[in-house]
Amino acid sequence: MKLVTTGLALVLAGASFAAHAQQAITGAGATFPAPVYTKWGEAAKAAIGVQLNYQAIGSGGGQNQIINRTVDFGASDAPMDPAKLRTGNLLQFPTVMGAVVPIVNIPGLAAGELKLTGELLADIYLGSVTKWNDPKIAVLNAGVTLPALAIAPVYRADGSGTSFVYTSYLSTVSPEWKDKVGAATSVAWPAGAGAKGNDGVAATVHNTRGGLGYVENSYATRNHLVTTQLKNKSGRFVTPSKESFAAAAEAADWPHVQNFAVSLIDLPGEKAWPIVSPTFIELPKDPKDPARTAEVIKFFDWAFRNGNAIAEELEYIPLPNAVQNTVRSIWHSEIKGSDGKALY
Amino acid sequence: MSDVVTTRPGIRARGRTSAVGDAIFAALTRTAGVFVLVLLGAIIVVLFIGGWPAFRAFGPAFLVSAAWNPVTHRFGAVVAVYGTIVTSVLALILAVPLSFGIAFYLTELAPDWVRRPVGTAIELLAAIPSIIYGMWGFFVIVPFMAQYIQPWLIDTLGDVPVIGALFQGPPFGTGILTAALILAIMIIPFIAATMRDVFLTVPAVYKESAYGVGCTTWEVMRSIVVPYTRVSVVGGIMLGLGRALGETMAVTFVIGNTNRITTSLFGPGNTIASLVALEFPESEAGSLKLASLLALGFLLFVISFIVLAISRLMLRPRVSA
Repeated sequence: MKLVTTGLALVLAGASFAAHAQQAITGAGATFPAPVYTKWGEAAKAAIGVQLNYQAIGSGGGQNQIINRTVDFGASDAPMDPAKLRTGNLLQFPTVMGAVVPIVNIPGLAAGELKLTGELLADIYLGSVTKWNDPKIAVLNAGVTLPALAIAPVYRADGSGTSFVYTSYLSTVSPEWKDKVGAATSVAWPAGAGAKGNDGVAATVHNTRGGLGYVENSYATRNHLVTTQLKNKSGRFVTPSKESFAAAAEAADWPHVQNFAVSLIDLPGEKAWPIVSPTFIELPKDPKDPARTAEVIKFFDWAFRNGNAIAEELEYIPLPNAVQNTVRSIWHSEIKGSDGKALY
Repeated sequence: MSDVVTTRPGIRARGRTSAVGDAIFAALTRTAGVFVLVLLGAIIVVLFIGGWPAFRAFGPAFLVSAAWNPVTHRFGAVVAVYGTIVTSVLALILAVPLSFGIAFYLTELAPDWVRRPVGTAIELLAAIPSIIYGMWGFFVIVPFMAQYIQPWLIDTLGDVPVIGALFQGPPFGTGILTAALILAIMIIPFIAATMRDVFLTVPAVYKESAYGVGCTTWEVMRSIVVPYTRVSVVGGIMLGLGRALGETMAVTFVIGNTNRITTSLFGPGNTIASLVALEFPESEAGSLKLASLLALGFLLFVISFIVLAISRLMLRPRVSA
């Protein structure tokens, strides 16, 4: 009798848990867009009842998880290799654009004071420039006294789309970097120390005297980190700001790329910030659980319609409306449920 | 009379149930023992098979190569193995004297009212999860090292001819020394608790006779207590070393995650466990990187085995004793 009562109680408790688990969707991947996805998730839960569980494990991890179909969607700053998209039967679409900014920790220097160029950043991360008062840095910063501190470069130790964007930039501006190291989510960094996640890099640079790192822009603004100016392709020094990011995003050539994998690195433009990148979501085209994929599409559709203000507040750049509509048509044509009908 | 006999369980019946019970229990304990061997064998086999593509692709050069390049797919074990061994040995150098001091204090010098709280505190330290040590290290120790200790050491000792090479480089706060420090704090409870427990097992008559002929407390400790408990003390140290070799999360936060060998104590590095923890999630199934990580796991296993063999060698009965 006791056994029956206990069994009945457990079954009813389990049923009540099942009732509370509403439409929940899981995603994993890049830390680059994690702030905006989290905020979208909170707003969407209140607005349309979709509960988002997003794990920021790095772009490499996100790509791996969605290929193994352990999550409902994968997030990656590095566009997935087209061959892998084909074999994994995945659809890739962009959600927002963000910028990667260099951050420094030099005693006495305020945000936006230090001027750097891409080649100089490549030299520092290659280990050929080791002190802050090196002549190559001093010549760009005439009015600033640079201390004789060792430069402490910090990079992402985990497989990271932010690293992919940054190393793509370094490969574009420095032939030596492209030759020796290359661009990927994980490379063999010649100098510096590693940290885990955008937040790890931000914390390490904050703690290290003479630190230099690269993070997604919203981490720099939220933690009040000291950013630098960068020289863009047109030869002007620009500070990281909504205007400079938007100037780069305007020059994007969306219609002529495959899988939306447009490059916003080092684009020409007087005001353009040189390190901007879209961030992507990968969805299965033949989902095992079509209801959950439909929830994912509903979430991102809501985010396109209502999430622009949140994205801009966090200093990301929303996608242009034309691109959002292209994405919607791709959802409709590519993602089918088990009965062959479109899920959107 | 016969009714009573048949309703009560007879001795023969109890013997039969007892024999069956014995057989079942013996089988269960034998299964448990065999299970341990099978589990160990299974882990070794899985690691070796998983790491075989890396061993086949790189050959013996895998053990001496310092490369770790995901772009060109060249991997080597030297950096991780070096980091593992150096941090563990440094942690032991820091932890063993301190643990000995703690055990000595608790058994010989401390007044009674101090022994219980300090003993409990040691055991609580052992119970703290390792990721808490990692986070505490990252948020408390690393900034302290980066802002005070490392710059001071770099400025004062960095230019000294021979040992200056140990104190070079930018003050990241993380690095081999910080990782060894956190590891030392983690293994002190194990070693200290083991030492204290075995010091207490020394028969009082040995110590009292030594005091009786005029030995000081230190002489009693050095000549009576430590030789008597030699086996268990070394066992405790090996336990601490084993924990230090395999420690993952605490080290990952504070070691700097860099695939390079540096001579400086402040230089970042990598241990086998931290490298696998960081790079495993992003390694695709079937890739050479995953095989290299599994091969590293196998190497860690081999290192632990060697450490155990060395401890057995140190503890073999001495002929002259």
